[in-house]
Amino acid sequence: MSTLLEVSGVSVTFDGFRAINNLSIQIAEPELRAVIGPNGAGKTTFMDIVTGKTKPDEGRIVFGDRGDSILGMSESQIAQAGIGRKFQKPTVFEAQTVRENIAMALKNPRGPFDVLLSRKADNSETRIREISDEIGLTDALDFQSGALSHGQKQWLEIGMLLAQDPRLLLVDEPAAGMTPAEREHTTELLKRAAKTRAVVVVEHDMEFVRRLNCKVTVLHEGSVLAEGSLDHVTQNQDVIDVYLGR
Amino acid sequence: MKKTFIARNPSALWFLAALAIFTILVTVLSESVGAGIISTSFLKTLGKTLCLCLVAIAMDVVWGYCGILSLGHFAFFGIGGYAIGMWLMYARTEGIVVTSLQSNPLPSTPQEITDAIGTQIFGVVGSSEFPALWAFSQSLPLQLLAVVLVPGLLALVFGWLAFRSRVTGVYLSILTQAMTLALSLYFFQNDTGLRGNNGLSGLQNIPGLEDRSQATVSLWFFWASAAALAMGYILFAYVVSGKFGSVIRAIRDNEARVRFLGYHVEHYKLFVFTITAMVAGIAGALYYPQAGIINPAEIAPIASIYLAVWVAIGGRGRLYGAVIGATVVSLLSSWFTGGSAPNINLGFYEIRWTDWWLVLLGVSFVLVTLFLPKGIGGLFDALVRKPDVDRQGDYGPDKGAWRDEEGAPE
Ligand SMILES: Nc1ncnc2c1ncn2[C@@H]1O[C@H](COP(=O)(O)OP(=O)(O)OP(=O)(O)O)[C@@H](O)[C@H]1O
Ligand SMILES: [Mg+2]
Repeated sequence: MSTLLEVSGVSVTFDGFRAINNLSIQIAEPELRAVIGPNGAGKTTFMDIVTGKTKPDEGRIVFGDRGDSILGMSESQIAQAGIGRKFQKPTVFEAQTVRENIAMALKNPRGPFDVLLSRKADNSETRIREISDEIGLTDALDFQSGALSHGQKQWLEIGMLLAQDPRLLLVDEPAAGMTPAEREHTTELLKRAAKTRAVVVVEHDMEFVRRLNCKVTVLHEGSVLAEGSLDHVTQNQDVIDVYLGR
Repeated sequence: MKKTFIARNPSALWFLAALAIFTILVTVLSESVGAGIISTSFLKTLGKTLCLCLVAIAMDVVWGYCGILSLGHFAFFGIGGYAIGMWLMYARTEGIVVTSLQSNPLPSTPQEITDAIGTQIFGVVGSSEFPALWAFSQSLPLQLLAVVLVPGLLALVFGWLAFRSRVTGVYLSILTQAMTLALSLYFFQNDTGLRGNNGLSGLQNIPGLEDRSQATVSLWFFWASAAALAMGYILFAYVVSGKFGSVIRAIRDNEARVRFLGYHVEHYKLFVFTITAMVAGIAGALYYPQAGIINPAEIAPIASIYLAVWVAIGGRGRLYGAVIGATVVSLLSSWFTGGSAPNINLGFYEIRWTDWWLVLLGVSFVLVTLFLPKGIGGLFDALVRKPDVDRQGDYGPDKGAWRDEEGAPE
């Protein structure tokens, strides 16, 4: 187990409001990590920073074996380096079919000429099948993804994340809009992915987090309040005060 | 591969068939080989319309598919026209000059010939020197290369600067307008060496084809335009289908999300911007020999806006929509502004269409935008496609998480 992502001393200010305050987190590979915390704690902003969407005011973020800083990289370079993300609100391309969405995400060369001239890679149809089976959308492959329910869009975005085959998966509230059975399936899926990769899951549903059975980081006001097993952090008085006890 | 291409683009097959039938029909009715029902001047109008269709599908790819509202693509069209026009003027003037100098007792030196050509071409702007821009004008192959390379290079540089700084939306549109305005002002100057506001003229006379009648030459240009449109259609149908099409439509709908999938959005935009500019250059190079004259007013900002209007009226995001829009609007436009449309006398005021056509066009544009957002081409959906679903899912079970407020895309 080696460190894949190292965030140290990162701060972000929005119009004078400190959304992330001297935050330091390390994620190993492979690892499954749950990040919890009250609304506005900065969980999504943390993912925004790691994926290059938001530039931090200060701090250091390094990723990968060579410890490259991601601060100078664009969003697409970061994604190509192996950081994939599922958004809190599922954002799939609604005007396109489920198949097209997955195909776009599949790990293949990303340049315009590669894509224009690519004869379909031999395995891509198989891969699409595997993924759609995994996310239960095989029957919907040729549907416009705008027609899917909220939960199905969540699945589709998880499927796109798997298709990208990243080293680090940032998964923001995957279980919202899912039935209990689907939540269980999501747990299984994330646990399996975390066998070979680093997976960071943000979730409010404590039952869900418990089933993940992994190390938990509690964020509050933009910095780490507590870290450890779920039982450990839930007994922490600070955590009870700001999060669990509300 | 061919089969799957057709299978993926059934409309391309229909379009090509319709274009072929149209071309045959026009040929059969033309003056030079057929029944003579279609006059040569109308044949030229039809040929020009095909060129406008070609630039319109390019516009559709860049705007309708990739979401870049370029209001400067007519500049590329004009550059194509100028590039071919320079050779046409040079070669034809050379022919005339050489013939007239043959009557001299002494054979003329090459320098004398060049000077005489220069005086002929640039006399109108009080000059006889060949400007640097004309360096290759005696070579048809080089000017043909310029037809694609100059628009392509300009688009590449402009696009690189604009897309790299992530200029999007209305700011990009304004920038492209500025580009075409600057270019047209530059061409207007006599010093530029493109004959200022006189532009290039006599382009309908093709060097080497002097013994052919305009009826014949026009038919050839009509065929060439039809062939170019067919090839352009196939090219763009290929570009917008498959995974590349999927990526550029995704960029149009949510470019930030595409970045998180690892695609360099700027490269895609640059590719689309440049290739459409090159096709626009080809369209212009076929258009202006049929029009006979090109001047800087052709690439005024309004021309590119018309282009967007055609595509919007025809229906963006579908290639045949752009063709419909360009055909309908440009033919109607020449009908109304050509004085063929009967004026309407209201007693107290007479509506003269030459003056009111633009008002009519503006009103139709607003009406189409309001009531037919998918344009005329959208009417075909009723025939073939299932209606688009636009379902906004709810935000999941637990209300406590502020999802509605925080869940905005991006
Ligand atoms: N672009 C922005 N501009 C201004 N404020 C922002 C921006 N993004 C986030 N914030 C603020 O930063 C704080 C942290 O937001 P963030 O979305 O990271 O919280 P969260 O932990 O994901 O909450 P939730 O559990 O509700 O999703 C919030 O107070 C939010 O209002
Ligand atoms: Mg959040």
